[in-house]
Amino acid sequence: MLNIVNKSPLDRGSLDSCLQAAEGGAILLIEDGVYGATKGSAGEAKLKAAGGKFKLYALGADAEARGIADRMMDGVTLVDYTGFVDLVAEYKTCQSWL
Amino acid sequence: MKFSILINEGPYTHQASDSAYQFAKAVLAKGHEIFRIFFYHDGVNNATRLTTPPQDDRNIVNRWSKLAEEHKLDMVVCVAAAQRRGIVDEGEAKRNGKDATNLAPGFRISGLGQLIEAGIQSDRLVTFGD
Amino acid sequence: MTIKKFMFVNRKAPYGTVYALESLEVVLIAAAFEQDVSLAFLDDGVYQLKKGHSTKGIEMKAFEKTYGALDDYDVNKLYVDQESLAARGLTTDDLCVPVEVMSRAALGKLIEDQDVVLSF
Repeated sequence: MLNIVNKSPLDRGSLDSCLQAAEGGAILLIEDGVYGATKGSAGEAKLKAAGGKFKLYALGADAEARGIADRMMDGVTLVDYTGFVDLVAEYKTCQSWL
Repeated sequence: MKFSILINEGPYTHQASDSAYQFAKAVLAKGHEIFRIFFYHDGVNNATRLTTPPQDDRNIVNRWSKLAEEHKLDMVVCVAAAQRRGIVDEGEAKRNGKDATNLAPGFRISGLGQLIEAGIQSDRLVTFGD
Repeated sequence: MTIKKFMFVNRKAPYGTVYALESLEVVLIAAAFEQDVSLAFLDDGVYQLKKGHSTKGIEMKAFEKTYGALDDYDVNKLYVDQESLAARGLTTDDLCVPVEVMSRAALGKLIEDQDVVLSF
């Protein structure tokens, strides 16, 4: 499953719910969700605690827009919209955690 | 691969429509097919031709219309959601006694069955919302 | 007609936003298209099923009855997250329809098996 999270973890519970419920696969952070992958943040702690259960991605354009592309945590791969498309194609199903 | 896209929020207030647009362009650039783009909830507000955004900012409605025209996309606005929010075409104006229409080019108003059909016929359905 | 497994994930409370009501409308159409429909209720979504919606004071259309009518459309796979119920001080006795309660992890497994996952 490709799990898409678009809200900051300190604003909404969607990242938490995703981490607790989703079986595995990948998490792609888009829009405000990219804040979840910033170094030294609560989001980083949550993602690290998932311990490799998910492959982690973030949309580069959204990180750059927010001035945080240079402080993404280790273990998160930045992708562009083409990479986003490739991820959707790669996984049989996707779920947007709205 | 056949993609469909569901957009649940209107222009400008949420990033959903922007993200969906960039995603749609990337889908097409990669050589995939877009089966349908479906607008639900406040997403129907992407289909009014009456917006006048600032000149130095993107025109969300117009660029959807342009993309649809360039790539012959099927962009569907949910009729029930449209009725609630005042997105009106000729047929709806006649049916519901409205004195104006506002549907932008490239969009058509239809039922939720079009969304379910998109889910059935497409290989992937991606939702953009709040 | 192809039959796909459609899962509707509900994470939002009713009335504060329109998503609960409008997503139910999609569920009914999916059932009319004879798809294999399941509903999952997580987080504040469990509040949608709380008995006793009484909306006269807010002058909004109450739609609690629609959950009860789902069975008539052969939609009877309603799954509720145990942890979300507990965190909100709710039990199945508080709910307006029969549901299957499961752990968050079990729900995740169920969602993984679906063909189309819709969130609103």
